[in-house]
Amino acid sequence: MDLLFFLILFPFIAAIVLLIIKSDNVRGAVVGVSALLIAAVSVWLLAAYATSGTVFFPVSPEPMGEMMFLIGMGIALFILYMGVRYKNYIAIALTIIQSALMVYFEFGISHGVVPENNFFVDQFTIIMALIIGVIGSLICVYAVSYMKDFHKHHPELKDRRRTFFFIMFIFLTAMFGLVFANNLAWLFFFWEITTLSSFLLIGYTQTDEAMKNSFLALNMNLLGGLAFAGALIWLASTGGGMELDKLIATGGIIALVPAVLISFAGITKSAQFPFSSWLVGAMIAPTPVSALLHSSTMVKAGVYVMVRFAPVLQGTTPGYMIALVGGFTFLLASAIAISQSNAKKVLAYSTIANLGLIVACAGIGTYEAIWAAILLIVFHAVSKSLLFLCVGTVEHQIGSRDIEDMNGLITRMPKVAVMMLIGMAGMFLAPFGMLISKWAAIRAFIDAPYGVIFVVILAFGSALTVFFWAKWMGRLISVPPPAEDAERRVSPTEWLVLSFLAGLMVLTTVLFPLISSYLVEPWLLTIYGHVTLLAQENVVIMLIMLFLLMVLPISMLYYRKDHRQVKPYMGGMTTTSRMHFTGSIGIDREVTLGNYYLESYFGEQKMSKIGIPLCVVLLAIMFAGVAVAGLMH
Amino acid sequence: MTYLSKSPWLLHYNASSCNGCDIEILACLTPMYDVERFGIINTGNPKHADIFVVTGSINEENKDVLVNLYEQIPDPKVVVAIGICAASGGVFRECYNVMGGIDKLIPVDVYVPGCAARPESIIDGIVKSLGILEEKRTAMVKGIPVKPEMNTAVREAGTE
Amino acid sequence: MSIIYALLFLLLAPVAGGLIAGIDRRITARMQGRVGPPILQAFYDLGKLFEKEKVVVTNSQNFYVLCYLVFIALSGALFFGGGDILLVIFAFTLAHVFLVLGAYASNSPYSHVGAERELIQLMACEPIIILAAVGMYMVTKSFYVADIAASNIPLIVFLPGLFAGFLYILTMKLRKSPFDLSTSHHAHQELVKGVTTEFSGPTLGCIEIAHWYEAIFLLGFVYLFFSWSPVIAVIAIIIIYVFEILIDNTFARVKWPLALKSSWLVTAVLGILNLAALYIIGGFLK
Ligand code: SF4
Repeated sequence: MDLLFFLILFPFIAAIVLLIIKSDNVRGAVVGVSALLIAAVSVWLLAAYATSGTVFFPVSPEPMGEMMFLIGMGIALFILYMGVRYKNYIAIALTIIQSALMVYFEFGISHGVVPENNFFVDQFTIIMALIIGVIGSLICVYAVSYMKDFHKHHPELKDRRRTFFFIMFIFLTAMFGLVFANNLAWLFFFWEITTLSSFLLIGYTQTDEAMKNSFLALNMNLLGGLAFAGALIWLASTGGGMELDKLIATGGIIALVPAVLISFAGITKSAQFPFSSWLVGAMIAPTPVSALLHSSTMVKAGVYVMVRFAPVLQGTTPGYMIALVGGFTFLLASAIAISQSNAKKVLAYSTIANLGLIVACAGIGTYEAIWAAILLIVFHAVSKSLLFLCVGTVEHQIGSRDIEDMNGLITRMPKVAVMMLIGMAGMFLAPFGMLISKWAAIRAFIDAPYGVIFVVILAFGSALTVFFWAKWMGRLISVPPPAEDAERRVSPTEWLVLSFLAGLMVLTTVLFPLISSYLVEPWLLTIYGHVTLLAQENVVIMLIMLFLLMVLPISMLYYRKDHRQVKPYMGGMTTTSRMHFTGSIGIDREVTLGNYYLESYFGEQKMSKIGIPLCVVLLAIMFAGVAVAGLMH
Repeated sequence: MTYLSKSPWLLHYNASSCNGCDIEILACLTPMYDVERFGIINTGNPKHADIFVVTGSINEENKDVLVNLYEQIPDPKVVVAIGICAASGGVFRECYNVMGGIDKLIPVDVYVPGCAARPESIIDGIVKSLGILEEKRTAMVKGIPVKPEMNTAVREAGTE
Repeated sequence: MSIIYALLFLLLAPVAGGLIAGIDRRITARMQGRVGPPILQAFYDLGKLFEKEKVVVTNSQNFYVLCYLVFIALSGALFFGGGDILLVIFAFTLAHVFLVLGAYASNSPYSHVGAERELIQLMACEPIIILAAVGMYMVTKSFYVADIAASNIPLIVFLPGLFAGFLYILTMKLRKSPFDLSTSHHAHQELVKGVTTEFSGPTLGCIEIAHWYEAIFLLGFVYLFFSWSPVIAVIAIIIIYVFEILIDNTFARVKWPLALKSSWLVTAVLGILNLAALYIIGGFLK
């Protein structure tokens, strides 16, 4: 109980402190200490509750509920103010409707419902809390030195770092609240705070583009919020109750309607087609924001609730539609990632794609699918945060986030490049985490009814994934002409965070059988009542592969000796050590190599043109399905 | 006897040949002569080659290319000069732009004369070069430097 | 038992692979009206490569090739050891990614383009391989190669579409024309030697061995389709291999867009139809 309150309230207190502090050094110290505490307590939470199953915490809804309502209204007023100031009428309209719904909910219908068990902890919550507590706070630590550099590189921007760290920590509070909440109205409150934080952080630089993108994100998420509010009203008016656990245990149409509405909210938050554009636009924000909100944590809130509702969705038409939205998003976003050369955009699309896979698993909702979904959440959080932070560091040192400019990073920034390679390997190669999850997903899909469609999607999608990651890896490791060492200037904090995350990446792969058998499987056992075990010999083979990957680099020591070095073959042309050669009529030319982007096949526009209408139709069928079921009820 | 002589891979470079010798080299690959019987493959890549087969003489434009290709071939390697152009400049020897045979730049192991050289003599020359290849390999294993100094004097002179 | 098979694969596959390569070259020569090299030529070539000097563009390229060899051998050993076929496929992909990285590492124009094309081929091949594994699972209810091989069901009858799709990409995997885009066994091609351009001597030898492992693994995969009767399976493998050689000698190389599009089309049409049919049949049987 205390641990829960600590995790929810402490980041909030830290946020207030950070809002006041002006000095860089003190801020750094406060962030560092708070992050350490949050991470430590999250681990403590694991130790305390790992084996105790689901534990409920009855909290009196009286003062808290009212407070949340008031804060919620305050947020609405703030958004209205921003909407008026930036003349964004959609935001105004959505906020007004949503506030009206919430007022109706609060005063009109919610009084009959008095939920008791407002907070809870189970194994899935613990996993989420660890992701937020460990990865989230690491990213905050990283942000300290990153933001210092950021303002050095962009002197034209106003230094609003106090607000920045305030929101970052508020966001941690909201995420903890979101995963601990058993009361859906409370969950919604925290949900809206994450929307607001993301809006504010995307607009951090306050440039026109940033404001435009932040409003895009806001509007899409508000639309999802609207659906969420609708779910609350349905629950209050049909007497479904506000408690998540009871609702899921009840199942049936009472639970299906809110499950679908909330899943719609989840689809907006985790940026599935047709709402993917906000996440791509959000890449305008400083990199720690992208890492924290848009890759490892906030977008996970969307899939978190969907996984929670998965047992309700299992085997229903709306559930299939959700799964199809996820599946097609996975396929198309992976394809788009091929055509991008902006590193952050590639990461954004890969995030969207992987979330799509999780959504597909949640929509299918069978035991194996959820197993895969949870592991996807874990592994994705680790590798994506590592990749984002690496890209951030690289961008500050070489002044570009274009993949083509990262040519030969292995010689210029060897350590960062190796970490990036680990992160990328984590995203698509055996024996690392994501691949284990994909593998599990294939198995889950085959056994599910109509699962063949998803298997096909996955087969094509993972082929696309291999292409765009491998060619990026290729850029990093190609050994170009000597260039200056750009790694010296990376700050020690950044090193610390990066190495920690890289270590975590390998560690999760080694420990995944334990994560699975001590956290995921017991949780699934309580939800589904049965459990299938991971084949032991496959785990062993995975570990052998990991071991080989760690041992084989030793061979580099051997290859260092007695090998004659020559220049690459250039059709007989003599090149200088910097790969210049004399072209026709004596002009000095430089050899430059570029990757294939296959624009004409996998261009952003082209794919969106397919994805958006398709997913709109699927969502329409989903709503129609649930409306029919609701009416029959 | 090592495997080298059982699997000689060629790199064929046309320095400034009139194409007469090149056609004869290609004739060796045809069913009529089929040099693949001896494991000979015509690779287009110096990194994979063992025998450097050159036709034509050197001039200002191609001298760097010739040396570059030669240097990119891993040891042990042999050079076979095909045709009288490659040997000495041949009928073009007196031309203002011709610097002479390829041995002015790189060490040549076998000269196959003729204008154009006949396929039979080309095959003969290559088979002859295999013996030299073996010798070089033995020397390489024993650690004796076999690489004759390249004719840098001419190279420098040519550059001026 | 399974470990013995895996070890046998590790020991014998290079021998068998080299022999097949030799026979392949001999048949190719005969098809072109030539005599061709000795059957053991592939081994002579390999021996030669290990006698050459070690030349590199960058030291790291050898490391990637070593990883390629190790993981190809591992995936083959897992396959013949009767392991999980999906895991085998993933290890196989990992191996190829290493080859591609090795080609990228040298920063050479020819191997760079070769690497890009190799990746495109990887992308073209991956879906049907996964779908074939899934199809085998749907029929035999197991992902383990040992179980699939031991089943008495003639898989080819149930999986004709997937088998045809697999044959299509087999041409790519064996680096045969018209799909020898990234590198080829033939002497001349427009990319010099594609991915292998910058590798020489012993390193190239390692790639050669890896190719042999790969060929045996792929033929093993073909075997699974016929595994209910080993005799038919062996005959089928021989026919298919000769057929591949024939294709190799009768087609000109295509451009990569055609390779990608056509193989995906084949996968999508044949693969999906086949799986859908299986699904429906499965529904009836229930
Ligand atoms: S030797 Fe005669 S045939 Fe050969 S290249 Fe010279 S001129 Fe042409």
